[in-house]
Amino acid sequence: MNIHEYQAKELFKKYRIPIPDGGVAFNVDSAVSIAEELHDFPVIVKAQVHAGGRGKAGGVKLANNMSEVKRLAKEMLGMTLVTNQTGPKGKLVNKILIESGVSIDKELYFSILPDRTTARLVIMASRAGGMDIEEVAATTPERIVKVYIDPLSGIQGYQLRQLAYGLQMPSSLIRQFSSMVRNLYELFVMHDCSLLEINPLIITTEEQILAIDAKINFDDNALFRQKEILEYRDFDEEDPLEVEASKYQLNYIKMDGNIGNMVNGAGLAMATMDIIKQAGAEPANFLDVGGGANTEQVENAFRIMLSDQNVKGILINIFGGILRCDVLATGVVQASKKVGLTLPVVVRMEGTNVDAGRKILDESGLNLMTATDLTDAAQKVAHMAQA
Amino acid sequence: MSIFVDKNTRVVVQGITGKEGSFHARQCIAYGTQVVAGVTPNKGGQKMDDVPVFNTVLSAVKETGANCSLIFVPAPFCADAIMESADAGVQLIVAITEGIPVLDMMKARQFIKDYPVRLIGPNCPGIITPGETKIGIMPGNIHKPGGPIGVVSRSGTLTYEVVHQLTQNNLGQTTCVGIGGDPVNGTNFIDVLEAFQADNDTQGVIMVGEIGGNAEEMACEYIKKNMTKPVIGFIAGLTAPPGRRMGHAGAIVSGNSGTAQAKIQAMKDADIHVCENLGKLGEMAKHVFQ
Repeated sequence: MNIHEYQAKELFKKYRIPIPDGGVAFNVDSAVSIAEELHDFPVIVKAQVHAGGRGKAGGVKLANNMSEVKRLAKEMLGMTLVTNQTGPKGKLVNKILIESGVSIDKELYFSILPDRTTARLVIMASRAGGMDIEEVAATTPERIVKVYIDPLSGIQGYQLRQLAYGLQMPSSLIRQFSSMVRNLYELFVMHDCSLLEINPLIITTEEQILAIDAKINFDDNALFRQKEILEYRDFDEEDPLEVEASKYQLNYIKMDGNIGNMVNGAGLAMATMDIIKQAGAEPANFLDVGGGANTEQVENAFRIMLSDQNVKGILINIFGGILRCDVLATGVVQASKKVGLTLPVVVRMEGTNVDAGRKILDESGLNLMTATDLTDAAQKVAHMAQA
Repeated sequence: MSIFVDKNTRVVVQGITGKEGSFHARQCIAYGTQVVAGVTPNKGGQKMDDVPVFNTVLSAVKETGANCSLIFVPAPFCADAIMESADAGVQLIVAITEGIPVLDMMKARQFIKDYPVRLIGPNCPGIITPGETKIGIMPGNIHKPGGPIGVVSRSGTLTYEVVHQLTQNNLGQTTCVGIGGDPVNGTNFIDVLEAFQADNDTQGVIMVGEIGGNAEEMACEYIKKNMTKPVIGFIAGLTAPPGRRMGHAGAIVSGNSGTAQAKIQAMKDADIHVCENLGKLGEMAKHVFQ
C-alpha cells in the first residue's frame, strides 16, 4: 500500500524525524492559512499524488509571497499531473502540501528496504542526493553506502557509524543523524514498511538535518496488524475497478489493452498476458481468480472485465487441479447467462475433469469457443482482436 | 532417484484440522505420501482420519519420527510454525501458506539458519517426487514417475502447465519443486539446480521464473559455471506493468530491476534454452532432452 508524502511526514513527526514546518491543504483558503502560520517566505507548494517525478512535471513550486501561494494552490488543486511514473493519463491533484522553504547546503539520499537475497533489511545512503538512485547505482556504485541489518538483532551502533562516516557527516551532526536513523529503522519495523525513502535528506546551511521528501510503502501482507496505517489508504489514488475486484478477493490489475483474461494462479496469469501479446493483441488486465474460484467469483470477474469499455474479447485460461474443470465450466456458463455476455469468449481448460468441462461449455448454447491448447487459444485470441 | 524427498519421507502436517490442511493431507495420503502426524494446538490426542494429531511439532516428531513438515497454518502465525518445525528437528519444511508478512519471513529465515533444515516456500505448491511422494497441493495425476526431467519454479498453476506438457510428451519427472512466489523464501533456484546436477536420474531441468528480484540472474550465473545438464528456461511477465505486484508478492518490476527481458537475456547468456512460446514447451523439451 502506498501513502502520500504528507502522511509519511505525519509518521516522521511521530518518530521525531526532523521535517520542515507545514501542513496539507484541500482548498485554496486552507493553503493560505497554512502559509500564514509559517510566517516567512518562500514556501513550497507540493502536489500530493501517489507517484514520483513530481518536481519535473510541475508538481513542486516555490511561492515568494501570499498571492503566489494563492495562484499556485488554485493552479495545482484540480490539475492532472503527468509524471514519468503516472502513465499518460496522469493523476488528479486533490491535496497540496504547503511547507517552509529551506536553504540547502547538501542533498543526501536515504532508504530502507528488504533485501530478498540475504533476508535482511538494507539501508542505502548516498551523498548523491536528489538524483535518480538507480542511475547512481548503475554508474557510480561506490557512492552508495549500504548496511545490512539482521531483523532478529536489529540495527547496531557500528552500522550507524558506517552510515554516518560513509556519508562524511559533519561531526557536529553525527549524534543527531544516528538517532534519526535509529528512529527510521524503528518506524520501518513497527509499521511493516516495504520501502522507506527520503530523497533528498538535506543538511541546511544552518547545519540542520531535514527530511524534505518522504516516501513510504507498506507490506500488503502485514496490513491486518496495521490498522492505523490502513486509515491512510486513499481510494482516489486507486483504479475503481481494482477496488471493486478486491472486494471479491479477485486479484485484478487494469491495463490498457483490448483482450480481457481470467486465469487461476498468478504465474499462469502473467504467462497468459504474454501469450495475448504474442498473438498480436494487448491484454486488458491481469486477473488471478485463485485456486478455488466459484460461480459468484467468476460472475464478478466477468462483470469487472466487461465494465472496461476497451475489452473486445475474453480469454479464460484455467489449469484445473484442485479447481475442477467441470466446476469452472458450470460457473462460466451460469455467469455468462447472468451478465448477458455478448462478447466472444475463448475458453482454454486443461487438467482435472477437462472432458466433462468441455462438454458443459459445448452444450451451453453460448458464444464460447473452446481452445484445445495454448497455441490454439493464442490463434483464436488473435482472431478476436482483428474482428 | 530424486531430490529432497522420496517414499521414505515422513510428513507431519501443521494445521491438519483446518479446511485446507485436512483436504490436502487426504490428497497426499491418497497419492501414497507417508503422512504420519498432524499438529493443531489444543487438538492433541484427536485423529484426522487415521492420522494422530499433536499439540506441538516437537511431540509429533518424538512420537512418530516425522522428518518433514508440511505447513498450512494461516499467514499471521506461519513464521512461528516454520521456526517451531526447525526447532523440533525436522530436516525439511514445506510451507504452502500465502501472505506471510515479509518482516516475519526475514526473521524466520535468520532463525532457521542455525538448524540443519531446508525450507521450501512459502507461498508455493510444494514438492513432488512422482510415484513416490507428494508433499504439497499440486494435482498428482498430471505427473509421470521415473524422470528424467527435474522441474523448479516460482509458480503454482504455471508449473502444472509445464509438467502436464512434459507428461503429454512422454517425459517423466524426477522431482518437481515449487520454490514459491514470495520475495523472501527458503530454497532458491541454485539450491535446487545443485541437487538436480548431482542427481543421477535427472538428465535435464526446466526452470520457470517470473519478474521480480534477481534470483533467476543468479541462477544463470550458477548454470553457466557449474551445470552440465541441459536447462530449458521460461520467464513469465513480459507484459507486466512496472511498479505493480502481479499476484505474487515477489512479482514486481521496480525501476529497471526484475524485468522479464533482463532475465531472458541472462538465460541466453548462460546458454539456457529459452522457451518463448509456452504452448510449445513440451515439444521443445522433447527436442532438447532427447
